[in-house]
Amino acid sequence: MANGGASRARFLACGDTALVVEFGNQVDRALSERVLSLNAALVEARLPGVVETVPTFRSLMVHYDPLATGAAELESSINRLLEASREVRRQASLWRVPVCYEPPYALDLAEVAARVKLGPEEVVARHSRKRYHVYMIGFLPGLPYLGDLDDRLVLPRRAEPRVRVPAGSVAIATTLTVIYPMESPGGWHVLGATPLALFTPGREPPALFAPGDAVLFEPVDGREFEAVRARVEAGSYELARRALCR
Amino acid sequence: MNPFLKVVSPGLHTTLQDLGRFGYQEIGIPVSGALDNLSLRIANRLVGNPPETAALEILHQGPTLAVMAESVRLALAGGQGAKLEIAGRMPSSLPAWQSVRLFEGEIFRVEGPDASACCYLAVEGGFAVAPYLGSRATFVRGRLGGFAGRPLAAGELLALAAGAAPPRVELRVARPPGAGLQQPLRVVLGPQQDYFTPEALAMFFAAEYIVSANADRMGLRLEGPRLAHRQGYDITSDAIATGAIQVPGHGQPIVLLADHPTTGGYPKIAAVISADLPVVGRRRPGDRVRFAPVEVGEAERIRREQETALRSLIEQLEPADRAAQLDAAALYRENLISGVVAGDDRDS
Repeated sequence: MANGGASRARFLACGDTALVVEFGNQVDRALSERVLSLNAALVEARLPGVVETVPTFRSLMVHYDPLATGAAELESSINRLLEASREVRRQASLWRVPVCYEPPYALDLAEVAARVKLGPEEVVARHSRKRYHVYMIGFLPGLPYLGDLDDRLVLPRRAEPRVRVPAGSVAIATTLTVIYPMESPGGWHVLGATPLALFTPGREPPALFAPGDAVLFEPVDGREFEAVRARVEAGSYELARRALCR
Repeated sequence: MNPFLKVVSPGLHTTLQDLGRFGYQEIGIPVSGALDNLSLRIANRLVGNPPETAALEILHQGPTLAVMAESVRLALAGGQGAKLEIAGRMPSSLPAWQSVRLFEGEIFRVEGPDASACCYLAVEGGFAVAPYLGSRATFVRGRLGGFAGRPLAAGELLALAAGAAPPRVELRVARPPGAGLQQPLRVVLGPQQDYFTPEALAMFFAAEYIVSANADRMGLRLEGPRLAHRQGYDITSDAIATGAIQVPGHGQPIVLLADHPTTGGYPKIAAVISADLPVVGRRRPGDRVRFAPVEVGEAERIRREQETALRSLIEQLEPADRAAQLDAAALYRENLISGVVAGDDRDS
């Protein structure tokens, strides 16, 4: 259902090469479903002049070639897709992701535990028992924004961002958790790390996750982390992935 | 010997760029590609390449390259005053906006344009580089595309697709296009103009901004009157289009360019229209920038007109000065005997 009963989508121009279809203002699963449904419908519709689409938390960006179409034409085509309210099947996967919540990976676990007034074990338990939704990929190639966090773990970003967050770091801020695919500056609280490669240039597609996928975190100890990392590097690690039908 | 251009010195920031890598923004890979796609397309046309062929994008200070192929046809395009300085030729200086055939052992330096940030060096047949995700554009932060995902390095050998350039009449652009640096950049308001006070919106169009020293392929950071936000400066992250003008908490606008992140959490007051994006790419630190509003429909019309103008410019290429070319070739042959070149490492 692309538009059933919910508030109307807003169309916002971003120059003459992109149109934003905005469903709301906040991080919200229902809004995300509308974004992903419209994305699937647009991929299927292959409208002339549409170059690519980028789903985000609460809006879909439609990049277009202004020599092949225009904002007005696109807006009416997209409105027709929204009004059709037709269920478009989406491909999605459920991933099991091993995470080591121990030193040297758990850079901010103790500090987070103190701030949210829970024991470190309880923070790990609450972080690893949720099933997360991949809202979007952004900021860095292959970086997934996952939600929603357990209410007790919600914190603002770090006052002092780190210059270097190691690749694989699993971190939290606001209602979300992310995994850094590569070393990068970052302002989120690091709880642990995964040995999985989230972005592999030679792989097709190079990003492990896609918007709309689901992710489960499975705590592993340091030894298991190293064992998995060795198998990932040797190319012999079998990813735990299950197809999801939406 | 495989045909190469050898990098004698790399220049300030020289990368392989084409018209961009599309279809992967959904997984966080920016489009990248030429900052000034008009000049890239003209350079390609001068050497007979399809418009999307990857060429060297040269920022500010150009590289020095040596020809390690029987012959190669090159063309430099972009800005005013850019030229090739070819060692041993008389005259040694060849202006941009025309093709030229160079021979094995010749060494040339690219001198960037006077008042503009970038120019493009296209070679006939292109560079022999495998595309990555459908494009040869370099994205340095992600270390992907182009030559090993990074700018040129001294001593590097750039493989050419063609080992020789057949003789033909060299071409030049009859009237090279202006860089457009005097006009205001035309923008479409939004998508988050409602995050700014009415005073900030008025200021945005009234004020003059200066390009900061931090300008790069990710964005043109501007300095000028502070643009006040009405309701905070954090938005729920959404996607970014090239040309979007983001205003973080410090209130100074940033025009996002080819290597910008695909998503971001700051409000975007407006976006530069696609026809003016090449002009943004040509700006240098210290340049003055003004903005003028247009509607989307107007932006689309301007873009169509620009494409028509580019087509007619390309159809009106004229033969370059033949006498000069012949003289140069004759001089070249004389010089070859006296040995202009260091060819010692040519077989490596």
